[in-house]
Amino acid sequence: MSTFTHPAGIEPGEATARPKILTARGVTVGFGNKLILENLDLDVYRGEVLGFVGGSGTGKSVLMRSILGLTPRRAGRIEVFGQDLDTATSDERNLIERRWGVLFQQGALFSSLTVKQNIQVPMREYMGLSQVLMDELAWLKLELVGLPRDAADKYPSELSGGMVKRASLARALALDPDLVFLDEPTSGLDPIGAAAFDKLIAKLRETLGLTVYMVTHDLDSLHSICDRIAVLGERRVLLAGTIEDMMASDYPWIEAYFRGERALRRV
Amino acid sequence: MALFNDMIEPRCATRHDGERVVLILSGDWIIRSAMDCEALAEQICNDLRAAVVAVDFSALGRLDTAGAWILHKFRGRIEYSGARVQVVGVSEEHRLLLNEVDAHHPPPFVPDNNRTSIVSVFDSTGRAVVEAWRDFIAILHILGSLSAVVTTVLFQPKRLRGIAIAVQFDKTCIGAVPIVALMSFLIGAIISQQGGFYLRQFGADLFVVDLAGVLVLREIGVLLTAIMVAGRSGSAFTAELGAMKMQEEIDALHVIGLNVTEVLILPRLLALMAAVPVLAFVSDIAALTGAGLVSWSYLGIPPQAFISRLQDAVTMQTFLVGMVKAPFMALIIGLIACVEGLKVGGSADSLGRHTTMSVVKAIFLVIVVDGLFAIFFAAINV
Repeated sequence: MSTFTHPAGIEPGEATARPKILTARGVTVGFGNKLILENLDLDVYRGEVLGFVGGSGTGKSVLMRSILGLTPRRAGRIEVFGQDLDTATSDERNLIERRWGVLFQQGALFSSLTVKQNIQVPMREYMGLSQVLMDELAWLKLELVGLPRDAADKYPSELSGGMVKRASLARALALDPDLVFLDEPTSGLDPIGAAAFDKLIAKLRETLGLTVYMVTHDLDSLHSICDRIAVLGERRVLLAGTIEDMMASDYPWIEAYFRGERALRRV
Repeated sequence: MALFNDMIEPRCATRHDGERVVLILSGDWIIRSAMDCEALAEQICNDLRAAVVAVDFSALGRLDTAGAWILHKFRGRIEYSGARVQVVGVSEEHRLLLNEVDAHHPPPFVPDNNRTSIVSVFDSTGRAVVEAWRDFIAILHILGSLSAVVTTVLFQPKRLRGIAIAVQFDKTCIGAVPIVALMSFLIGAIISQQGGFYLRQFGADLFVVDLAGVLVLREIGVLLTAIMVAGRSGSAFTAELGAMKMQEEIDALHVIGLNVTEVLILPRLLALMAAVPVLAFVSDIAALTGAGLVSWSYLGIPPQAFISRLQDAVTMQTFLVGMVKAPFMALIIGLIACVEGLKVGGSADSLGRHTTMSVVKAIFLVIVVDGLFAIFFAAINV
């Protein structure tokens, strides 16, 4: 690490001392003649919880999908675990995919499989474990995310919204990933459920050493569990920093978001 | 951060330290090596004969929930055998993980019990019978609510959804014309060629026209159309209604106070009952054209002779016997499609299953109804 060279344009400083798990440089994504993201730079450091905010339609989900390789990029470079996604061979890509977990906004559980089978899909596909061990691990993940035991053999259509989120998180955690992407994990949950989910993520980060990339609108989550916050606007990251940095910013949108009426009322 | 294939094989060394046995864990105890970890732990456990077992974590590499679970499981096993387990040299993060796993106990593993026995045969047969009865009731239910809606619409013609019917007619009829015409043309040509091949041996070439004319107009035209419509539009109805059911759109219609039968089912059924006779007519014409062309090229019957022979062979009645069946076929296809669509549950699997069932049942019933019509027409000497 002593010969570590910083990428061009990135100031070496206190923040860069920690290893980066994800780096995006100059990412440009557009549909038709409309650019959604333009020349966007973003860093995610190992072991942190990064909250990602931005107005509706600014491209938060597009960026996440672009990092995951679901939406094509026009330009830019994305490195995950130090591996450039564009130059990765399919084997390397496969290894990367085993080491990240994704919680989609709608859960995206496989509707024809039970919750337990959903959790076992990545294990069955990649690991070749025995059925006994897979069952035990699936139970363990279910307990970790706080689902009741009788949920294991239910189908996704029989679950409540909050349970779908938890089951989906359990599937995202199936292979003990290093990096998890959460797309609005607390939207649609009641405040108590949302607080419990925040606690759960904080606890998992502590025990499993997760790095969390979380798209959210929940001010409580941003205050309680996020180490750093990145604000998306005008097709780029407007500001990335701690909650104090956000509160101090006089950028109109950020000011309205973090010091607006709703934000102040929660204090 | 080259973190890819750098897994260190899990190991466990045993050292005897007076009375106690020290197990020194090393390597990565993670999900990728879980099978090795488990085999290793199993082996160590079986060989272990000691009153006090110390587990030394200080040389351990990475640990994740899978590794922690395996360690937890075998610790339980050693303790159950009467030994005392001491844990030494655990780093803070490993301790957190071990405590977390310790706090959650999965229930014992129960293998799936799916033995087949004679009872399960009766069980599934019984279920199938009950299911068939429920289907019958569901069709009656929709037919009943359809009658009620049709009665309302007769008194309030404004409630008939003209645009919806037109849209459905466009999808089920206009869109199907090319494929129905092509398929019927080919079948007509094949009947004519096959018939001609055998009839020529008796010098009865010209009877090919009778054969093709009667067969196409009475049976083949409408039957082929109905089968094609069941596959094409019946499946579409089931999938549309099923997807709407999955997305709670049907429930939304209910709470807005709209009648599902009136809004979704009636326009589809009316459009289909108008479409199938039209398509059957298209099919008749295309099949006769195919038969005529093959007769001309293969059997040497010129078009004029074909047409005049056809005029002698078939009457208006022959044509009507075929056409009168068409709306009934349409009704059956539409009812089955709607019933199956509304039976769709929450999963993609159920949508696929009911769409398949819709097509299979519709084609089966179309053929059954065709047979009933044949018996009926024979009884009244038509």
